[in-house]
Amino acid sequence: MIAKRTTALLLYVLLAALALMVLYPLIFTVFSSLMTEKEVSNFPPPLFPTRFHLDNFKEAIAGFPIVRFILNSFIVSAAVMISQVVTSSLAAYAFSFLSFKGKNALFAMFLSTMMIPWEVTIIPNYLLIKSWGWMDSYQGLIVPFMAGAFGVFLLRQFFLQLPRELFDAGKIDGCGHLRQYFSIVLPLSRPALATLSVYVFLTHWNHYLWPLLITNRASMRTVQIGVAMLQHAEVMSWNLILAGVTLVLLPSFILLALGVKQLVRGIAAGAVKG
Amino acid sequence: MSNFESVLNVKNPKSRMSKRNVWKEHVLAYAFLAPSIILFIMFLFYPMLKSVYLSMTITDPRGQVAEFVWFENFVNLFQSRQLYSNLSVTLLFILYTVPTSLIWSLFLAAITHNKLRGMKIFQFIFSLPIVISVGTGSIIWFLLFHPTAGMLNYFLSLISVGPIPWLTDPAWALISISIMTVWMNMGFLYIVLSSGLQGIPEELYESAKIDGSGPVRTFVRIVIPLLSPTIFFALIVSVIGAFQAFGQIHILTKGGPINSTNVIVYSIYQDAFVNFRFGIGSAQALILFLIILALTVLQFKVLEKRVHYQ
Repeated sequence: MIAKRTTALLLYVLLAALALMVLYPLIFTVFSSLMTEKEVSNFPPPLFPTRFHLDNFKEAIAGFPIVRFILNSFIVSAAVMISQVVTSSLAAYAFSFLSFKGKNALFAMFLSTMMIPWEVTIIPNYLLIKSWGWMDSYQGLIVPFMAGAFGVFLLRQFFLQLPRELFDAGKIDGCGHLRQYFSIVLPLSRPALATLSVYVFLTHWNHYLWPLLITNRASMRTVQIGVAMLQHAEVMSWNLILAGVTLVLLPSFILLALGVKQLVRGIAAGAVKG
Repeated sequence: MSNFESVLNVKNPKSRMSKRNVWKEHVLAYAFLAPSIILFIMFLFYPMLKSVYLSMTITDPRGQVAEFVWFENFVNLFQSRQLYSNLSVTLLFILYTVPTSLIWSLFLAAITHNKLRGMKIFQFIFSLPIVISVGTGSIIWFLLFHPTAGMLNYFLSLISVGPIPWLTDPAWALISISIMTVWMNMGFLYIVLSSGLQGIPEELYESAKIDGSGPVRTFVRIVIPLLSPTIFFALIVSVIGAFQAFGQIHILTKGGPINSTNVIVYSIYQDAFVNFRFGIGSAQALILFLIILALTVLQFKVLEKRVHYQ
């Protein structure tokens, strides 16, 4: 009994040490964002802020268009998310419930898109967007990402698991495919649609290279590029930079609280089971 | 668009599959697939082919083709030292980050996989880095790595280790980038691996215990083989992710010092979007594409045999 307790205690100590290591960069960020400029410019800086100095956030917002960056990222990620849910669910419906010529070939084509990494397409896409005059525009940031094969596979997997009896009942009622799509399949697939939405939103919220290439004006920058620019804002002291970083991290933390964990598990399970 | 209109007007197909209905179903299917297919052709397949074409040209800074040079770009690349240096930096980066983050996350997943009180908190903490994006993560570490005012060097000074020039010394820069990358990737890997662990039935542990197998032995002999599909998935995702790492390098080191962090993706970016040499950039992108493709196929071929599927 004592031996068991000792191992448990040792495990807790080990876990606490490891947790502190993993958390430290975030603790550093949040604490520094609450410190005064004087506190952060000391060396060594204090480990804890003496009191919560919330003015940093006001100053960071005033000194840097952070709100604009967050808004841009939000618009772009939300638009990409909605359009991918629409295009993917339509395609997944066709692959799950409709029979047509060339189904296998088209499915293979969708599969092959997953093998094309962005490095190969980014130069021509950049030239294309530039030639269309879409630099510094929302459509330039959104349109190339409006469809994705990943969503099609995820949803198809889910659609195929829906109980068949529902559709037979629908057929007897004379329910066509369009009505079946809108009033049976979509409402029943809410969990899968939610998974896809959060996944797509997060991926695009975190996009770095494409917005870096497509946007030049500060007013069109997305959050990731904007935050990276803080590094060169030499006039800003660390507490303000980290206040900006904290503001940018907030939406992601909210998403984690809403259950990113379940999401990743779902995706991983789907990928492993194939 | 007119196809879609006619589809909207379709009234219920009551009779058995007549010719008309078969036709209707085809129209509907193609209409449902059309948005995705059009977007894939425009932004994936056409650019892919154009990359092949561009890789055989020399362009002006605006991307207009100035001269068609066949395989000259490739010949130049293979004759220059730069490509090999970039490739070896990339491989080194993979070697530093992939095994470390897999073992580290697996270790954390293993020690938090028990029924002790408060384990949920630790599980939450270890999965937290998943929400860190490359932009915010890089800035945080940029400040932590700061040579004179950074906290890492301060902690080192507490155990009387001299300051390390994290990002400014060619011997350290790639290691520093790797540390930061492992930290960023661990959240995802931790969640994937610990959910894999939860899929292993409890009775296995019990019977192993009855057979007198210690926890470490049980883990190595029984748990890891059962977990191999998940580990395999995590491995592929990590290797491909490491090949494509860009943001942290762009923010923290810009490929320097002395090219010590100039991975191939960064070199593509520099050639194409800093020097506006789109031809040579495309050629490198294609080489990278072929490497990733070969690796994916190889990984599947070699590992699939050893992976234990239930």
